[in-house]
Amino acid sequence: MSSQDQQIDTETAVQSTQEDRMEGADDRFNSKLREAFGSSPFILTKFDQFMNWVRGSSMFMLQFGIACCSIEMMATYAIKHDLDRFGAGIPRASPRQADVIIVPGTIVSKFAPRMKRVYDQMPEPKFVVSMGSCTISGGPFQQGYNVVKGAEEVIPCDIHVPGCPPRPEALIYGVAKLQERTANGESSPVTVKPYELEQFGDLEQDELVDHLAQDIDEETLVMRYNWADSP
Amino acid sequence: MSLEDPQDQRGAQEGELVGVTDEGVDYDALEALLGDHVIGRESHVNAEAFVIRPDEVQDVLFALRDEAGFDHCSAVTAQEYEDRYESIYHLKKYDDPTQEVGVVVPTSKRAPRSQSAEPVYRTADWHEREAYDLIGIDYDEHPDLRRILLPETWQGHPMGLDYNQDQPQVVTFESHTNPLAEDQEDDESDTMFINIGPHHPATHGVLHLKTVLDGEQVADVKPDIGYLHRCEEQMAQSGKYRKEIMPYPDRWDYSSAGILNEWSYARAAEDLADLEVPEYAQVIRTMAAELSRMAGHMLAVGTFALDVYGDFTAIFQYAFRDREKILNLLEDLTGQRLMFNYLRLGGVAWDLPEPREEYFDKIRDFLDELPATVEEYHNLLSSNEIFQIRCVDTGVLEPDVAKSHGATGPVARGSGIDYDLRRDDPYGYYPELDWNVITEDGCDNYARVLCRLQEVEQSARIIEQCVDLLAEWPEEDREIQSNVPRTLRPDEDAEIYRAVEAAKGELGIYIRSDGTDKPARFKIRSPCFSNLQTLPEMAEGEYVPDMVASLGSLDIILGEVDR
Repeated sequence: MSSQDQQIDTETAVQSTQEDRMEGADDRFNSKLREAFGSSPFILTKFDQFMNWVRGSSMFMLQFGIACCSIEMMATYAIKHDLDRFGAGIPRASPRQADVIIVPGTIVSKFAPRMKRVYDQMPEPKFVVSMGSCTISGGPFQQGYNVVKGAEEVIPCDIHVPGCPPRPEALIYGVAKLQERTANGESSPVTVKPYELEQFGDLEQDELVDHLAQDIDEETLVMRYNWADSP
Repeated sequence: MSLEDPQDQRGAQEGELVGVTDEGVDYDALEALLGDHVIGRESHVNAEAFVIRPDEVQDVLFALRDEAGFDHCSAVTAQEYEDRYESIYHLKKYDDPTQEVGVVVPTSKRAPRSQSAEPVYRTADWHEREAYDLIGIDYDEHPDLRRILLPETWQGHPMGLDYNQDQPQVVTFESHTNPLAEDQEDDESDTMFINIGPHHPATHGVLHLKTVLDGEQVADVKPDIGYLHRCEEQMAQSGKYRKEIMPYPDRWDYSSAGILNEWSYARAAEDLADLEVPEYAQVIRTMAAELSRMAGHMLAVGTFALDVYGDFTAIFQYAFRDREKILNLLEDLTGQRLMFNYLRLGGVAWDLPEPREEYFDKIRDFLDELPATVEEYHNLLSSNEIFQIRCVDTGVLEPDVAKSHGATGPVARGSGIDYDLRRDDPYGYYPELDWNVITEDGCDNYARVLCRLQEVEQSARIIEQCVDLLAEWPEEDREIQSNVPRTLRPDEDAEIYRAVEAAKGELGIYIRSDGTDKPARFKIRSPCFSNLQTLPEMAEGEYVPDMVASLGSLDIILGEVDR
């Protein structure tokens, strides 16, 4: 081996990080996609389709625990089940950073207005996975005097995951279904009978409203529950 | 065991207390102590109860607390009869919870007013607010008699007899104003009000803390609960004793501590209906209950690490890894991961899974790994400097304050109160087994976490002994359920208050029977409800992050706080 060759070898070995980066930059950034699309560097797609694919592939979940189901939801995020494998595993503490809200538990009269507000704070497009029987119908507590008979009384839901509580596998299946639908641009037919947040002054006058009029300001936001009409 | 010599102290005190004999409580001596205050006497299954006038509550309770040593107001049950309202104070002693007495306060139907017990037992504050909220009894001299579980604008008292469940309700959504603002005359030291929750990562569910800050320090904190009040008592009252109530206890403390909750109902109902439980079933119950306790404590430790130093990647995941192992064992046993519904009145639902040897091996494998796992927790958590800075000497809860608030479980034991119903009020198979009650003297957040970690080891000891017993159990003696009548109808007007040591502390059930197959009143004394009351004591004057740490160290489960 000549001394010149040795010289070159040493040079290669001390190649700077910057040079290293420049070399093969294309491979580094594009390799997988390049392989997938062949020699053409262009992908032809509709922008909407592309956005749907993006949305379905990276979902930020709202860190939102209500009741028993949230324990199973945590188990779904944690090791063994690891929802992150499916591109949907980052719990965000703020609703303003979240795409998906998993509603994991019983909704009661005092909490429904707050949940509505949290949902309203999420940016569009937003999706709702209702987890467990309580969010479908009130579940085992349906007969309770204080229990809202399902999440759909308050906010629209895209996916229902039944169970009491659903196993983590079931929740993963629900989230995967949601991703699939989102990626395909399908939306769920939403049938909501909403309990809206409205100003107290806008409520229909009846005995109850008259009775409360001295305690509640006209502009206060309220939610009115007509339990007799609930399923 | 950290208390120096509890037996001697106990003996010294008892000499001066009224009504203490070797056979338990001498109720005649207590009646003599109370004298004219007593207008009647009732026999509950667990203890005698004195009926007193509603305007003499404090006199009676002061006497019972100071002269007779009843320092633990375990629960306050309120109920409505056809002809009267009634509040029952269930009193116990921290030194010996088998010494119990009830104080029954009837009030008239027309104007249900009763004197508050809050000056005697501070824990009565929330209990009486709950009674006011759900039943509608007014407590005179109560410092802050408002609704606690239901929204302020709620109409009617839903656990009363003539409540119409179909009437509409209006619930407000308001931002709260600073309750201390008016007190601040000095412009430079004005306070700031912040709402922590009801949707907040640090509140362990849907708890709302109305917090007033002075600079960075907590000037005032008021827990606002009821965001998960899902009518557990109503559900239990509309179910039949035999099978329709048992699924609900799983959903009180849902941190996979379900078996412990089921046991509280099973114990109360079995004592009420006088049912036997075969010894074999008791061993299985003990083993399953301790597995549950371990899973619950793992969750507590994992989420606590998440609270105090954002440890989502190590401790939290480790804790869930170990929980999964426990849940697998429980799933093999009960068929469910979280809502076990495994206990039955008079025994358990079915025998251990076949092949038994394989199941025992699985448990033993888990137990063999456990010491190394706990060591790992100690390395990562309790000997972590950041963790120690956050936890040592923060959230201090003095023992007498804890007692006055009715704190139990690891919260009490972390304050040096040597109180564990598994030992002090024995049930199940615990008295036959060799294990220790863990206490820590630190009174701070750190002590409470150490308690839980050590209790996990003690649970492992109990399970190990149970597995050995079960493996040796002769095949012909494996009776899993005693003979229980198809329809249970306990005697009319039988009343009982019974508690077990759940993962969070003393979980008590009060049942009154009216001779039908459903309970006439079913009251849940939740340990978290009482423990949460201590939060202002620990947090006021401290920094906000220390309050979050204190809240985490209480290990509340909102399903059990709100019921």
